[in-house]
Amino acid sequence: MIVSRLMQLTGKVLSVTGIAGLWIFPANVQAEWKVNLQRPITEIARVQYDLHMMIMAIITVIALIVFAVMFYSIIRFRKSKGAQPAKFTHSTKAEVLWTVIPTLILIGMAVPSTKALLLMEDTTESDMVVKVTGFQWGWHYDYMEENVSFYSMLATPQSQITGSETKGENYLLEVNNHLVLPLGKKVRFLLTAKDVIHAWWVPQLGGKKDAIPGFINEMWVRADETGIFRGQCAELCGKDHGYMPIVVEVVDDAQYQAWLEGRRNQG
Amino acid sequence: MTSTVADHHHDEVPKGITRWLFTTNHKDIGTLYLWFAFIMFLVGGAMSLIIRTELFQPGLQVVDPHFFNQMTTVHALVMVFGAVMPGFVGFANWMIPMMIGAPDMALPRLNNWSFWLLPPAALLLIISLFVPGGGPAAGWTLYPPLSSQGGMGVDFTIFTVHLLGMSSILGSINIIATILNMRAPGMTLMKMPLFVWTWLITAFLLLAAIPVFAGAVTMLLTDRHFGTAFFDPAGGGDPVLFQHIFWFFGHPEVYILILPAFGIISQVIPTFSRKPLFGYTSMVFASVGIAFLSFIVWAHHMYTVGMPLSGELFFMYATMLIAIPTGVKIFNWLATMWRGSMTFETPMLYAIACVALFTVGGLTGLTMSITPADFQYHDTYYIVAHFHYTIFAGSVLGMLAGVYYWLPKWTGHMYDETLGKWHFWLTVIGFNITFFPQHFLGLAGMPRRIPDYALQFADFNQVSTIGAFIMGFAQLILLVVVVKAIRGGKEASSEVWENPEGLEWTVPSPPPYHTFATPPQVR
Repeated sequence: MIVSRLMQLTGKVLSVTGIAGLWIFPANVQAEWKVNLQRPITEIARVQYDLHMMIMAIITVIALIVFAVMFYSIIRFRKSKGAQPAKFTHSTKAEVLWTVIPTLILIGMAVPSTKALLLMEDTTESDMVVKVTGFQWGWHYDYMEENVSFYSMLATPQSQITGSETKGENYLLEVNNHLVLPLGKKVRFLLTAKDVIHAWWVPQLGGKKDAIPGFINEMWVRADETGIFRGQCAELCGKDHGYMPIVVEVVDDAQYQAWLEGRRNQG
Repeated sequence: MTSTVADHHHDEVPKGITRWLFTTNHKDIGTLYLWFAFIMFLVGGAMSLIIRTELFQPGLQVVDPHFFNQMTTVHALVMVFGAVMPGFVGFANWMIPMMIGAPDMALPRLNNWSFWLLPPAALLLIISLFVPGGGPAAGWTLYPPLSSQGGMGVDFTIFTVHLLGMSSILGSINIIATILNMRAPGMTLMKMPLFVWTWLITAFLLLAAIPVFAGAVTMLLTDRHFGTAFFDPAGGGDPVLFQHIFWFFGHPEVYILILPAFGIISQVIPTFSRKPLFGYTSMVFASVGIAFLSFIVWAHHMYTVGMPLSGELFFMYATMLIAIPTGVKIFNWLATMWRGSMTFETPMLYAIACVALFTVGGLTGLTMSITPADFQYHDTYYIVAHFHYTIFAGSVLGMLAGVYYWLPKWTGHMYDETLGKWHFWLTVIGFNITFFPQHFLGLAGMPRRIPDYALQFADFNQVSTIGAFIMGFAQLILLVVVVKAIRGGKEASSEVWENPEGLEWTVPSPPPYHTFATPPQVR
């Protein structure tokens, strides 16, 4: 109850800061001033989002208390106002309090975090498997049971990067081949890499996971919404690390089957 | 008769370049360290301005991506190993003997060598930017296999790390030997100033952590040139092993960067609150606790590598625990200010800003300890914002508090308070304009270490770049302040401030070339 109210408050504070920023710096290219995590569209991403908002609320309150005490002291206990220094050097009561209360808060945070982690790491009972291979600089996707595989690389033209052409709406976040996923299916990803370490990350689908040569990592995604979702490689992987986006397209099952068929026919 | 001759000999200050090359005097070596750190601070700062200029708007305008990666890498290495660590060693050299009533460091010749290892190391690192293939470009963490791909610039970096590491180890041995053996009669461990305590702990952290890092980069070197495959999966190696070794060093390292700053502000806040430090004993134990925890939390830097669930849980719980001793420290500083009688000279302003902004960095650190949420935060600008709030706002602002606090002692002249305040406000405002928006960028999904970004990140990046230039150029004011204080100004008394605590305030400002030839008696 209190937590949810605090969460609303944090949301408001964040948006006010954003609005204030907007007012000071008028729009230039495409004013967005986004200040928070992207809107989640999977269970994992939602759990992460809620956890994030809860912790943000807690730390905002702690920070406000610390700053309040600090500014009160700065205003109240200044020599120029004739403040006389006290002589105390410790207070067992206070010290016990500010050790025990944080401990309780931490326990309160650990419980939902543990639950969330258990959910995220449960890759069992998946409906399908996609193998993701990172390479310098792009992604290779392999629908292992469907005999479909393809490369997916940056589609933004060089001229937009160097500035000789106007940058498009999805500048740097567009690829030649989308990773198409069916709606509502639990997709298990197997991640690996060919050369160096990469990390596969689409914020709206949930967290990132490293794609490491010689290793196979796992994660899972179940999309609750159709649409196009964009992300990027999140582990420094060399010169073109900034140029290996990920685009996921979630469609309903019929469209997915049709897409698979089309892919197979392409060979 | 004998003693007069000895005194005369002792007060003779050598002249010319040989004074600095051959010096074994802790004050001279401290000065060398501090100037070296300041130069590196400006060099690293210039690199960060190159980074921020490129990020002012989307697209590639100023540098190519490979050079951008070299800048992010070398900026971090220069700041961590060239500016912050040597800076604090400079403070240790100047202040520890004067604070514990010792005539000098325990091992003066070793002290000379630990300093003179630094310039060649720094030179190697800078030269690496000009060799074929360029400097290191895999991030300061030097993760293989990417770092194995680099040219000989990476080898230069490895040797740099070896030299800097050697310097740190020798420096730490010296500091430990000094603190444990050379305290004035009556100065028990639990009477030592907190700055001495935090440095004692830091020195042990360095001794434990640096050899591990040296080992990791040596393995990297043999992988690159001598056919081993520690980290190369093609040869049966394990790239994640490097990350484990690196962060086993890397996490203690971040406390190596922060603990001396905690020590400095624990000296500054009581002086300007005119009230003794609150909870001295708990401060000492909190520092020891932080140091201990730093060795069992390393993998929270690598939650996304695919650890077993039990590992993720362990590192999450252990990391969350750090919040407790860190909180104790913050609350103790607040309680020191509480019912004090405060004035706000530049050192106090820096100390307060350090506590306030480090609180922000500490709290965002707590958010990242939560593994499931960290899967979103990891490797984004949120992390960049977090560690600048800890390393810049914590370590560097703490160090600046120390510079202003002891500058009158070092030079014998009061610094220019007006310029000091300008420096403070421009630095702190510039810092917040630079780094606060980076929290938003990271949450909204901007990965770190990219030279170019999608359009929705444009606005906050512009703000951030403007802040970086304010903050960067403000540091030149510090140069002016220091040079002015060296050349003249109002004479400082030996106490400098109002009734400050500590032996360093019992000697004249500037102190004679040799202090405490006869140890003082501590009550």
